[in-house]
Amino acid sequence: MNMSKIVRSAANLLFPFILVFGFYIVLHGHLTPGGGFQGGAVIATGFVLMFVAYSYDFITGRIGAESLHTTETIGLVLFIVTALVAIVFGVTFFTNWMLDVGPVLNNPVAFGPNPGDLNTAGFIPVMNLAVGIEVLGALSVIVLYMLSGTKEEI
Amino acid sequence: MKNLVIGATVLILSLGILYAGVGLEFGAPPFTDMDDYFVSHGQEQTGGNNIVTDIVFDFRGFDTLGEATVLFTAVLGAGLAFRKRREDEDYEYE
Repeated sequence: MNMSKIVRSAANLLFPFILVFGFYIVLHGHLTPGGGFQGGAVIATGFVLMFVAYSYDFITGRIGAESLHTTETIGLVLFIVTALVAIVFGVTFFTNWMLDVGPVLNNPVAFGPNPGDLNTAGFIPVMNLAVGIEVLGALSVIVLYMLSGTKEEI
Repeated sequence: MKNLVIGATVLILSLGILYAGVGLEFGAPPFTDMDDYFVSHGQEQTGGNNIVTDIVFDFRGFDTLGEATVLFTAVLGAGLAFRKRREDEDYEYE
């Protein structure tokens, strides 16, 4: 069953801010503390907040475990494919190939403390995004599976 | 008699492990070659300001691949444990 109106209103209010904060941690993973795992866990916290505030039927009518599982698989496949593309350019698996080709994510970086530039670090932001997508799907779908095991008694 | 033997064995083993542990010197000598290499070369080789992310996603990418696989396997296990069972399926709890 749904929680009280107060809890649902607070969850509705907090949900977008949690998403924005999580994606900020993921996208700035190569500049500030954090990264894919941490940001994905923050985003999954937002999903779990909605799972707690609303009923199981309401949640599964809108998002479903299958789509969350697909999200997780897409993240893992994106991670492996990004690492595999390095073979096309003649370097080994998991080499940072974006540093050798093209202007994308390839600005020069100064040594030592500097303000930071989002357009640096080769494929590390892409890897952060892939791992963030995978972690948000994985942690959310684990909670959803466990919620389905309680037979709607909470 | 049997309890006495088990107790004496546990006592002797714990004393031995304690004796070996007390004699160890923790954190010495300090190995700093790897740290210095990452701090002084991480930014120019990977381009990222965050050295921890440089190590996790570039220098040790295989380790991160393993972690992602562990998470995927955990989700598969949770889905297997909480799957919907048919009415006529016979299973037993331990």
